[in-house]
Amino acid sequence: MEDKIREFLNSRFADALIKEDNFRDQQSFHIKPECLVDICQALMDDADLKIKYLSDITSLDWLGHEQEKDGRFEVVYNLYSLDHRYRFFIKVRLPDDKPRIQSLTSLWSGANWMEREVYDLMGIEFEGHPDLTKILTPDELEGYPLRKDFPLTWEQPAFSWNKDDPPEVVK
Amino acid sequence: MGLEEKIPDSIILTTLDKMVNWARKRSMWPFGFGLACCAIEMISTFAAHFDLARYGMEVMRPSPRQADLMIVAGRVSMKMAPVVRTLYEQMPNPKWVISMGACASCGGVFNNYAILQGVDRIIPVDIYVPGCPPRPEQLMDGILKLQQKVEKESLKDKREEWGRSA
Amino acid sequence: MTTVSKTVELNMGPQHPSTHGVLRVVLELDGERVVKATPVIGYLHTGIEKTMESKLYYKALPATDRMDYLSPMSNNLGFCLAVEKLMDIEIPEKVKWVRVCLAELTRIKSHLAWVGTHALDLGAMSMLLYAFRERESIIDVYEACSGQRMMSSYIRIGGLAQELPEDFDKLVRKVIKQVAQGIKDYEDLLTNNEIFINRTKNVAVISAADALDYSLSGPMLRGSGVNYDVRKANPYSGYEYFDFEIPLGKNGDAYDRYLIRLEEMRQSLRIIQQTIDGMPEGPYRAHLPGIVLPPKEDVLYKMESMIFHFKIITEGFKAPCGGVYQAIEAPKGELGFYIQGDGTNKPNRVRVRPPSFINLASLPKLVEGRLFSDVVCAIGSIDIVLGEVDR
Repeated sequence: MEDKIREFLNSRFADALIKEDNFRDQQSFHIKPECLVDICQALMDDADLKIKYLSDITSLDWLGHEQEKDGRFEVVYNLYSLDHRYRFFIKVRLPDDKPRIQSLTSLWSGANWMEREVYDLMGIEFEGHPDLTKILTPDELEGYPLRKDFPLTWEQPAFSWNKDDPPEVVK
Repeated sequence: MGLEEKIPDSIILTTLDKMVNWARKRSMWPFGFGLACCAIEMISTFAAHFDLARYGMEVMRPSPRQADLMIVAGRVSMKMAPVVRTLYEQMPNPKWVISMGACASCGGVFNNYAILQGVDRIIPVDIYVPGCPPRPEQLMDGILKLQQKVEKESLKDKREEWGRSA
Repeated sequence: MTTVSKTVELNMGPQHPSTHGVLRVVLELDGERVVKATPVIGYLHTGIEKTMESKLYYKALPATDRMDYLSPMSNNLGFCLAVEKLMDIEIPEKVKWVRVCLAELTRIKSHLAWVGTHALDLGAMSMLLYAFRERESIIDVYEACSGQRMMSSYIRIGGLAQELPEDFDKLVRKVIKQVAQGIKDYEDLLTNNEIFINRTKNVAVISAADALDYSLSGPMLRGSGVNYDVRKANPYSGYEYFDFEIPLGKNGDAYDRYLIRLEEMRQSLRIIQQTIDGMPEGPYRAHLPGIVLPPKEDVLYKMESMIFHFKIITEGFKAPCGGVYQAIEAPKGELGFYIQGDGTNKPNRVRVRPPSFINLASLPKLVEGRLFSDVVCAIGSIDIVLGEVDR
């Protein structure tokens, strides 16, 4: 199945494919960010491949790792074909400064919340998303928790029941 | 030849404190409000096997305005904290709080940016029930301990306390 | 005379008895009709992914229990399988069977809690009491295995936490007997109940095409007739050994999902019966010094076991640089763990694909244009656990 997808990508988007890797029998294709929507659309429409199920969207932060040279952020699209029972990944790399990528909401409605979560926790913006707002963290929280430079423990309760003894801020 | 012998049997002698506390202790209405994992154990406590109704506590109220006892069952996130506080303020006096589980008491295993490190930072707590999650028996024990505490309260102290906060 | 049409905004939650926790839904109503529904989530955001990334692989495990707290063993299983895939570990045959048995017990446990609370939302109070009665028998198995009623952390990387209890067989057979009778009782109470049918039939309908569009999984997807179950599609942990069927719905409404969940419980009982009857002998943990903890008995008497134990607990093991994804069929749907190793002893990223989060995204689709009272039924039929939605 990976040969079919590789052939398909090479024939239609020859310059979009940067590299591919196979780790523990899981195929990933690294592509250029600007071609993402076109590739997904083509994979979906192809009568043979029928990649119709977007399983998940997630993101990684490579800050401080040797992999950072290709771009600090990585967005992983987890695609699945129900007919072939085959799962593979499309990965794109984004730079540290203002990471932006096209939204997949035009293809899958399910991408809406997944992208909002990535935006909320990792700070990657999705162009063309209908409602790109915070989804999990409170509105007061500044920063993006899943980034590696965000401290794990940090708290500041918004108020206290005891005015004379305010809770200390732990950093 | 004391006074006691002259009083007929039909008259009961007690203090107002004792009488009110007895009534409050026996008809405490918990607030049916669950946050996370502990809420499931709370439901188990009220369900068939453990049956908290034996202690006269089965009337779970879905509205804070009808409840006396708030069981904070589960972790309180930063986003939820203002809501918990509002709900607490909506409860009429007298009111009591049980902090159920490690997360509500001290943040539990989640020492991170998202979780309030103990619900006692935003509302006063009467009884802490440890465990992750506590067994239903533990919660029952906590409730019985709270009943003992209520027994010893005095109306005078409460009045002064509420007068201060008003 | 002119009429002015005006919509009302109604806030439901985060403290509401039938939102199963702390879900908040902002509803725009035109009379009794829902014009627009906006779920607001995050009231239980726990930072579980970030917490797991800061811990050794071993020590990240207990956080998984607290995600979907109605089915802790499924979460354990998903995480352990993902780490085992990352480390390329082969696990003993007996462990696979025990894991399947426990995962299926967990499915029943989760569905029991669902059927109880869902029926309670629709007005059948006594169902909750019956369902929790049967649930206690499964909790007894949990407790015998791990000593904990809910957060068991019994399935560990490379095997199990400890040897199965002696009376495991007896306890599980008791569960099979009790739950089989229980399901019959629920059928009598609900399946042909006029009120229940009126409240659920043709309510919260989603078509197969929409279900795929929203990336739904689990009973939500199968209720619409799409045959996708990870256990059959991409078998893991030895599911290919067992004989079971995947129930499918036709209409994609709340009633079909109810029937599917009941049938899934029956099928789970079938699988459990097979695991109990044919349980192979063998060790309860893989023998892989340096990655899998040695058995506790050995740690007390053998020098090298103690050294390995000490090393794993203090330093952990180093994972290769690569990302793996392992999906399992949790009670709520496809639960996936994406773990990115980066050459150190802590994961770079642990991503959970939460089935209830993704299923909940379809709520506006289910209720818009429907009556207000159907919202409660729709939320119930999605089967959400807020711990998993918000993580």
